Amino acid sequence: MQRDPARPDLVCPAGTPAGLRTAVDAGADAVYCGFRNATNARNFPGLNFTAAELGPSIDYAHDRGVKVLLAVNTFPPAGHTDLWHSAVDDGIALGVDAFIVADMGVAGYIADRYPEQRMHLSVQAGAPSAEAIRFYCEEFGVKRVVLPRILTVPEIRALGDEINCELETFVFGNHGLMAEGRCSLTNFVTGFSTNMDGVCSPASHVRYDEDPQRNLTTRLGPFTIDCFACGENAGYPTICKGRYRAPGHPDGYYAFEEPLSLNLASMLPELIKAGVHALKIEGRQRSRAYVHAVVAAWRRAVDDVMAGGEVDVDGLLSLTEGQKQSQGAYAGKRWR
Amino acid sequence: MAAAALTMGPVLFNWKPEVWRDFYYRIADESCVDTVYIGEVVCAKRTPYFEPYFPGVLARLRTAGKAVVFSTLAEVMVKRERALTEIACGFEDVPVEANDASALYHLRGRPHRIGPYVNTYNESTLGFLAARGAVHFALPPELPRVSLEVLAECAAGLDVALEVSVFGRIPLALSARCYHARAHGRVKDNCQFVCEEDPDGMDLHTLQGEPFLAINGIQTLSHTCLNLMHELADMQRMGIPAFRLSPHSGDMVEAAKLFRGVLDGELSPSEATARLAGASPGGPESRPGPRLPFSNGFYHGREGYKWLAPGA
Repeated sequence: MQRDPARPDLVCPAGTPAGLRTAVDAGADAVYCGFRNATNARNFPGLNFTAAELGPSIDYAHDRGVKVLLAVNTFPPAGHTDLWHSAVDDGIALGVDAFIVADMGVAGYIADRYPEQRMHLSVQAGAPSAEAIRFYCEEFGVKRVVLPRILTVPEIRALGDEINCELETFVFGNHGLMAEGRCSLTNFVTGFSTNMDGVCSPASHVRYDEDPQRNLTTRLGPFTIDCFACGENAGYPTICKGRYRAPGHPDGYYAFEEPLSLNLASMLPELIKAGVHALKIEGRQRSRAYVHAVVAAWRRAVDDVMAGGEVDVDGLLSLTEGQKQSQGAYAGKRWR
Repeated sequence: MAAAALTMGPVLFNWKPEVWRDFYYRIADESCVDTVYIGEVVCAKRTPYFEPYFPGVLARLRTAGKAVVFSTLAEVMVKRERALTEIACGFEDVPVEANDASALYHLRGRPHRIGPYVNTYNESTLGFLAARGAVHFALPPELPRVSLEVLAECAAGLDVALEVSVFGRIPLALSARCYHARAHGRVKDNCQFVCEEDPDGMDLHTLQGEPFLAINGIQTLSHTCLNLMHELADMQRMGIPAFRLSPHSGDMVEAAKLFRGVLDGELSPSEATARLAGASPGGPESRPGPRLPFSNGFYHGREGYKWLAPGA
């Protein structure tokens, strides 16, 4: 979909009703959220919405001109599709602006029952090529695709020229390393599936063990994910951000990636020129203070670039995980 | 009910081309598997080395009476990967197994197979893909038995076949980044094919020395070796007609014979499992070191690394 550089939508996380209001007030163009169950990929305790909470939240957003996107982006295991269908039916009744979907069965349900309903393809669908995206667009009428965090900016631009679909890219927050929707690491270790249960490294299976010298070992299930010397900043034990031993690495190394946050602030002008329609901020599990600071900073950044100005990246840097940031795959092929 | 079919999945690892060829020759000449999948699933950079041997391998397998299926790449993003996928989907003399949505784009509307890297988790997706020409589905390895049972019933109604992986390291994740290259201080574009050093993947241990995962280029697999020997009868009762073995450096002809023996009721799962340990990657006959532990947790809706003893 070719188009002139235009103002991209800022798509912001809403983990709770209060978080939704925070993101709306801080300048989001759209917020994304999920129900409090396995139908979305951030099924964490204390997070997400009941149907009763989502109604007033949608009103709050719509009254301020902000769209609400409902993530129904996990994969229902056979025999349990009713829960996903209910999530869709509830979302329709409450008037969400779009569904974010990954499973072909769920997408087919929406396309059949609610053909006028706008649908976005979740990053969980793992569709990084023109053909894959066309498949979902032609089969289900998908209007926007959320791209995996694995393409360079020139690749994103080229992709946009080949498809008739809006592009949404992640610009800030957690930097997942594995292809989304295709990772069973958490299930392998905990018995809870990212695809089917919407969990990744669930807190219920996390352990922090401190030895007498105050060195900290972080575990997920029975497996050690990392060890930290006393005083070191200990990260949350996510499997793809752990340290492991391998031949040639007897003392351990970050086999997949160091614990970095994605921050594309300095690439924002390029992304806008590449024709990206929406910029996504990760972090439904984050605090309201964090969401407010990040959304407000990105609001300013987008507005500054559109006004022909520079991006102030310093404020955003202090918010990144462990103060370390990365442009991941976006900056070039050497990331791969 | 037709006899259950045993299949040999595509070689996931970067074996030396002659080793790869000889493996398939031996599978053709000596193994009891019914269907053999060929084609590079993990890394497009590896394919030029195998291509010269494809025609010979195909002919040898067919002469031996094996059905041959071509498996497409699991992750398709850059030009080379897109082109390879389009070419494979254009094959007219070999059935094609789709492992991503770009392959589905090319294959829809005519008969094809669905690979385990396509997320067929439920009856709606099964029905949707069947309506577009899918006739055979290899299911994702993390699906529990309760879901397999529902899918088996649904597949019977749609007259499509299901296939469940029963042996080999379990594919757990894909990435755009090559972790083999990373381990050697390289990146994907200048990897120098370091993955060929590890015919069953590169072991990752935790910092406390426990074996955990295995790296195969952009793919992450389990350290453990899936073994659903004890679950075969249960799946046969559900009507699942095909069971997949994933190739490893161990004796795959022997592994196939043991699974065949259990499927045919000639061997007990316990005896076959005991003998399988010798045929497995890392087994005493294939290479030194401790043999890989078996796991079957996913089938029972539990942690994938776990081995749940029968009756437990």
